[in-house]
Amino acid sequence: MSATDDGDDPFNAFVTRCRVGGGDGMLSDLSIGVKDNISTEDVETTCASQVLEGYVPPYDATAVKRLKDAGASIVGKTNLDEFGMGSTTETSAYGATRNPVDPERVPGGSSGGSAAAVAAGEVDAALGTDTGGSVRCPAAFCGVVGYKPTYGLVSRYGLIAYANSLECIGPIADDVETVGRVLDVIAGEDHRDGTCNLEAGDLASAAREPVELGGLSVAVPEELVGDGVDPDVEAEFERAVDVLKSEGASVDRVSMPSLERALAAYYVIAMGEASSNLARFDGVRYGPGGGDGDWNESFSSARAGFGDEVKRRVMLGTFALSEGYHDEYYDKAQQARELVRRDFHRVFEDADVVASPTMPVTAFELGEALDDPLEMYQMDVNTVPVNLAGVPSVSVPAGDVDGLPVGLQLTAAKNRDAELLSTAAAFEEAWS
Amino acid sequence: MTDADVVIGLEVHVQLDTDSKMFCGCSTEYDDSPPNTHTCPTCLGLPGALPVVNERAVEYAVKVGKALDCSIAEDTAFHRKNYFYPDLPKNFQITQYDSPINEDGELEISVEDESKSVGIRRAHMEEDPGSLVHKGGSIERSSYTLVDYNRSGTPLLEIVTEPDVESPEEARAVVDKLREILEYLGVFDADRGGALRVDANVSISVDDEEGTRTEVKNIGSTKGVVKALRYEVTRQKNQLKRGGDVQQETRHYDDDRGVTVTLREKAEEKDYRYFREADIPPLETSEYVEEVEIPELPDERRRRFREEYGLSREEASKLTSKKAVADFYEEVADVDSDLAATWVVDELLGELNYRDMTVEDVDAEDFRGLVELVDAGEVTDANAVEAIRASLDGRQGFVEVVEERGLGVADEGETLEACRTAVEENPDAVDDYLSGDDEALNYLVGQVMQATGGGADPATVNEVLREELEGEG
Repeated sequence: MSATDDGDDPFNAFVTRCRVGGGDGMLSDLSIGVKDNISTEDVETTCASQVLEGYVPPYDATAVKRLKDAGASIVGKTNLDEFGMGSTTETSAYGATRNPVDPERVPGGSSGGSAAAVAAGEVDAALGTDTGGSVRCPAAFCGVVGYKPTYGLVSRYGLIAYANSLECIGPIADDVETVGRVLDVIAGEDHRDGTCNLEAGDLASAAREPVELGGLSVAVPEELVGDGVDPDVEAEFERAVDVLKSEGASVDRVSMPSLERALAAYYVIAMGEASSNLARFDGVRYGPGGGDGDWNESFSSARAGFGDEVKRRVMLGTFALSEGYHDEYYDKAQQARELVRRDFHRVFEDADVVASPTMPVTAFELGEALDDPLEMYQMDVNTVPVNLAGVPSVSVPAGDVDGLPVGLQLTAAKNRDAELLSTAAAFEEAWS
Repeated sequence: MTDADVVIGLEVHVQLDTDSKMFCGCSTEYDDSPPNTHTCPTCLGLPGALPVVNERAVEYAVKVGKALDCSIAEDTAFHRKNYFYPDLPKNFQITQYDSPINEDGELEISVEDESKSVGIRRAHMEEDPGSLVHKGGSIERSSYTLVDYNRSGTPLLEIVTEPDVESPEEARAVVDKLREILEYLGVFDADRGGALRVDANVSISVDDEEGTRTEVKNIGSTKGVVKALRYEVTRQKNQLKRGGDVQQETRHYDDDRGVTVTLREKAEEKDYRYFREADIPPLETSEYVEEVEIPELPDERRRRFREEYGLSREEASKLTSKKAVADFYEEVADVDSDLAATWVVDELLGELNYRDMTVEDVDAEDFRGLVELVDAGEVTDANAVEAIRASLDGRQGFVEVVEERGLGVADEGETLEACRTAVEENPDAVDDYLSGDDEALNYLVGQVMQATGGGADPATVNEVLREELEGEG
């Protein structure tokens, strides 16, 4: 908790510093950063966007409220790609976050501020949000643990929506145990979120009790290794697979053909939803506002505050939902999504977890990916299928390439969060 | 133009009378509240807030579905209708698109004793936007606009008819009938301003060839339905008569001027980009369908009133158009169903209406007491009317008024006494009568009625006076 007191932020991990919560409870020993797209009562919440500059929510997100009730100290709002749209935390209106492992490189994104704050030791844990990999990607790039829960396990009430059918709030920390403790507090039914209706179970204990790897069945989809994956990253991944094997796990190479289309489907759905979710930022009720003119002009000028990447996604999403293109894009993407769900379902009939490299590469240099959005989108190829299927997934540190961390992504069947945490804990133990 | 038929389809939006809003816990009792006091993160569309479905609204929707004989979807879902408008806090409206809760229903209407059935295409749930206040008058002239989000999120049911409506009068009958049914179901507050709004699709088909249709928006009352549609039908017919074409467009009904004006032409029609609202999981209706019961509906009750109480069609109709009136009548009916009907329909309702009151403001048991007195001949008709007026004006019981003011029938002795006094005190009238002037008798009757405070029976007075005057002669 010390580094957060002086306002010094060498990696630009924070948008706002604060000090709320703290007190008795299960998490009274933890300082926590909260991604700045999660609402915090009386603390400015910007989504790293100009359009929300100065917006102070009158209410806490359910996850934040539960953290406060558990005695956690919330010490800052962490940086992100504007509205969570990016994989580098460079599209923030408040400047790029740097990777503590190598400050000339990106921390990943979009929860880059959360992962960087954890990796730099500025907080014990942080909340991120994961729409297509936004918790797991920065966890992998920064060498920490990042967890994306089953869709519906953690309330989204107060999470400022980017793509609401895909995104989840998830914790990032140095180790699986801390991730489990935070998840245990924020998980569970919430009457303010109609989609959050899952029984949580004792996730803190699950994260403390590694499974016996001897009985574990692991599937490795050929679509997530090989082509497009950096050979050095793949070599590290194979090393992780060997560790699992040597502990007695059975590893099968499987095929999940639907994953070939997952990336395209993901972007169509995410952008379509974004075009609707971001419509409310018209400057009428909050944010800097659009100034003079009739309401059409005023709305337009308020929305001019969006950054380029956000505008790109809103426009593409609007297009994909428009009459005449809806069937061809949005509906087709939904069909592809259903196929991804079925593929996972089929694989989990035999396997306990699906394993792959979290990211096909290690952290890029600052500025490297910004010029070519398509190339940036490609980086999400291994993480997005999980969000389409709504299943839980975790990135655990598993080696490095030239000192840059590599993450192992483990994914389980829907609502098998406890088992997934125990598996991640077992791998963590075996790897070290 | 040879054979021209009017083709109308209606979209009737009604506010469901729930305590809280469609997707949040805010109260819907905002009519007398300052602006923006019945709001929360959800109905203000604050970032991160989520909608949760109001179960009571679903229950009400199912009630309406059952009453209109709709097929009720086992699974129903919500959609987003995307468009920008300042009264819409999220810049999308949560509604139901391709899986409405109610479909394929029917509504019986009658116009001038002709009955017909109008198809109900669908009746789906959605949320009301906020309301706009244009400062400085009309939307064109105002310099700025204020937004009040109190109404934002109020539950709406949009009831869409098939294009089976063939005249403005039938359209009115549809709206009236819907109001009646919704009120019977207890899901609608008919007295609330803006609780019912109508859009209408209107076209003229010539020689069975479908015409181009216009959509008329912003019809706010039952009277407005007839006015707006008569205007629009005439406008379209004139257009065709002159050899012109009807343009496909959306028109705005201006209630003050009684005209429809172009709002949007076809090319400007919006693309609402409907898609599933992922924040609301699919809704299973089976439990609602099993548990929701509907009461006896107006048509049924009308039939029963005619059979059970022997009432005329007109009486039965007047007594059943409001559920509260029908309930009131049934508490009085067993005294004498005809007499009760006469007194409720002909006297009480009129007097109530005149004072802006409803049957809910009076005690049925007490009114029944008054009808019993009339039935027993203990209060004259005129005095009963007097009692009703005094009672409503003074907010006093009917029977109490009769007693306090001595409006009861005068007994024989009193009547005889009053007649004798009248004869004694009016010798001129007596002389006139005796010399053959019958008018003089009426004058004497009047004097007696006045003396007995209207309590004497005019026929008896007449008789007694004749006898007394015979004696004089």
